[in-house]
Amino acid sequence: MLGNEAMAHGLLENGCRVAASYPGTPASEILSALARLRTEHGIAMHAEWAVNEKVAFEIAYTGSMTGLRTAVSMKQVGLNVASDPLMSAAYTGVKGGFLIISADDPGPYSSQTEQDSRLLAMMAKVPVLDPSTPAHARELIAAGYEISEIFEIPVMLRPTTRVCHACQDVSPREIPPFLREADFRKSPTRWAATPAFRYELHRRLNVKLAAIAGWPRTAPFRANPDAAGPRAVVASGVAAAHAREILSESGLWDRIPLYHVVQPYPLHSDFVFHLLNAYEEVLVLEETTGVIEMQLLDRRRVRGKLSGAVPEAGELLPEIVEGVLAKFAGIDGETSDAQVPERGGRRPTLCAGCSHRSSFYAIKKAAPEGIYPSDIGCYTLGLNLGGVDTVLCMGAAVSQAAGFYQAYRLAGKSVDIVATIGDSTFYHAGIPPLIDAVVQGARFVLVILDNSTTAMTGFQPTPATGKGAAGEPTGAVDMEALVRACGVGFCKVGVPSRLPEFIGLLKEAIAYSHEKGPAVVIAREPCVMDRSRADRLPRPGKVTITDDCDGCRYCTTQFECPALLYDEEGERVSIDGILCTGCGVCLHVCPLDAIRKAPPEGTSP
Amino acid sequence: MNGEGSFASRGRQQIVVSGLGGQGVLFVTRLLAETAIRKGASVLTSETHGMAQRGGVVVSHLKVGDFSSPLVRASQADGLIVLSAENFSFHRRFLKTSGWAIVNAPPGSQGGGNMNVHAVDADGLAQESGNPRSVNLILLGYALSMPGAREEGGLLFCSPEDVEAALRRRLEAKDTLLAASLSALALGMKQGKR
Repeated sequence: MLGNEAMAHGLLENGCRVAASYPGTPASEILSALARLRTEHGIAMHAEWAVNEKVAFEIAYTGSMTGLRTAVSMKQVGLNVASDPLMSAAYTGVKGGFLIISADDPGPYSSQTEQDSRLLAMMAKVPVLDPSTPAHARELIAAGYEISEIFEIPVMLRPTTRVCHACQDVSPREIPPFLREADFRKSPTRWAATPAFRYELHRRLNVKLAAIAGWPRTAPFRANPDAAGPRAVVASGVAAAHAREILSESGLWDRIPLYHVVQPYPLHSDFVFHLLNAYEEVLVLEETTGVIEMQLLDRRRVRGKLSGAVPEAGELLPEIVEGVLAKFAGIDGETSDAQVPERGGRRPTLCAGCSHRSSFYAIKKAAPEGIYPSDIGCYTLGLNLGGVDTVLCMGAAVSQAAGFYQAYRLAGKSVDIVATIGDSTFYHAGIPPLIDAVVQGARFVLVILDNSTTAMTGFQPTPATGKGAAGEPTGAVDMEALVRACGVGFCKVGVPSRLPEFIGLLKEAIAYSHEKGPAVVIAREPCVMDRSRADRLPRPGKVTITDDCDGCRYCTTQFECPALLYDEEGERVSIDGILCTGCGVCLHVCPLDAIRKAPPEGTSP
Repeated sequence: MNGEGSFASRGRQQIVVSGLGGQGVLFVTRLLAETAIRKGASVLTSETHGMAQRGGVVVSHLKVGDFSSPLVRASQADGLIVLSAENFSFHRRFLKTSGWAIVNAPPGSQGGGNMNVHAVDADGLAQESGNPRSVNLILLGYALSMPGAREEGGLLFCSPEDVEAALRRRLEAKDTLLAASLSALALGMKQGKR
């Protein structure tokens, strides 16, 4: 079972009845699995892909106010979006158990930052649990719900990529009936507390935290109770799993006591006292920030990220743990200089036949000197073909386009600004900045790359899809109507693979933007990877390269389709017949017109 | 902990599968994981998801037996299955000195000196067989057919029959895909025995 599936099982086994999420690697499969299991088991449960993490949080949180057990899941940067309700919900507390699953991505492998969600838990003053394996994550869901209901407090579960996307032999358990009905008890001084009451809520929150710092079920445990020595290791999450294996394989298992921390915040107060009394030196292994370390208040004896003993950035790979442990144990051993692998090899690229490639190529043709703000999704890979200049965070393409316009306007300069944003990202965070651009008269073109799915994270529905998390019918919004309702005067739809027409449409939009204000072009074409879409466009068919090719590499660098291969020896380009989807867009790309339609074949390869 | 005679105590194995997004690295890893579970072993795997799946480097770790960490450390892997030859140079560091590697490489490629490296033209075989997406199973079939030091007589913790059974379970409702997958596995095995 994948870690994310194990967590979905854990949620259902513990009676979760409302779950909401926004897709993001490495957390996406939690809600997909929940929606699937709900349908398979016929459980009355609300599971939704929300428009963004803030909305998801508020829907799930409110369910817990009515006494139901609920959960919200997201990736760590999604928690930034949901941080506003998080801070406040810590004060107002919960009735039914409420879990916030925020998946961190040390590395980072699929994220803008390596931020540690546990720091936001500390800031909000909510307890956080650190699972080390898929099985452990599932167990901690029961512990989390227990704390949440006993102390009426939101509880965070903080898996990392290596928990979410690890697979382990975990067997499903019976899903017991969970008979609770929504029962909201009004209490305005709590649920609608004004600042005067918030002071009291804050005071109570501190009392809860002090009690949770003594809660037995989540206390740190000794992995090797028979070990004795003057130095101890404290570890949490996947780092604890690495440390356990390395200590037992390197012969240090009996010499270095290993404490496995399950609840990094609030750290158990007795444990802190014991640790600092019993050992000369303590090494802390955790990802990604020194959260446990900073709660151990003895700088002379505690080694970790803050002391410089453990790297402060990047994934804490087992090779690194091995080296740090060897040094801590005073062993010079051959393993202590274990090299940290560099990541190398082929970079990811937009798929062959992807309509985003056509869009970026068209944008470069229509505005060769332009500035290209972009956003978060598959289309970030437009970087490879020079169609993406900036990527900040969800929705920022729109506000950055406005920011560029305002900055250049002050200098009296007019530049073409063409921003790109995916459809799901537009709904998530692109609408408020578009309204702002209309109000401020910002002059740019926004291209909404509308493939009608959330492709990067595994084809979750968007608000326009009209389908829910398990494919059930839902309401749907109309993108064009929404754009116009924001006050945008130019909103036209084009098909990127019809390249000449699409370039013309972009030029029209750019001219409009310089005259009047923001213009929106909706680049609408289904994702080539989305097998659920029957409404694919007719395709012209496979292409071939004629002898006119002089190996200038224009197509492989400026269009960068993986089906166009440059042959170093022959100094010319060839077509990868397996990868080519026959979209025919490259027919318009070659400066020498050497890409032609292939003659019809008698047999398929 | 499992008892002394159990699979888990004698059958520990660490394997790294490396390739490019879309080649089926995940499929092979999960297939082997399911095979191990059916044999009663504990399994931990670690996968690559997200952006890298769009044609970039994808690597999976598979640990069969009693382990706690989901990642294979450098110089600890018993075996390496490489779906794309260009990955071999930076993933070979996972291999033990006594480890083996099965690498998809063009015809005429050489094995790696004194290391136990086998080059197989899985791209060519897949093309020839009319099933260009079967590189992953051809390589797995090859690995399964090689003689090795394991108690089972081969390189892997499992037999070809174990993997076939897992394939049948996994593709139960997909007859065409199952037939194609079984024939890709057999094609790989035939190469190995040659």
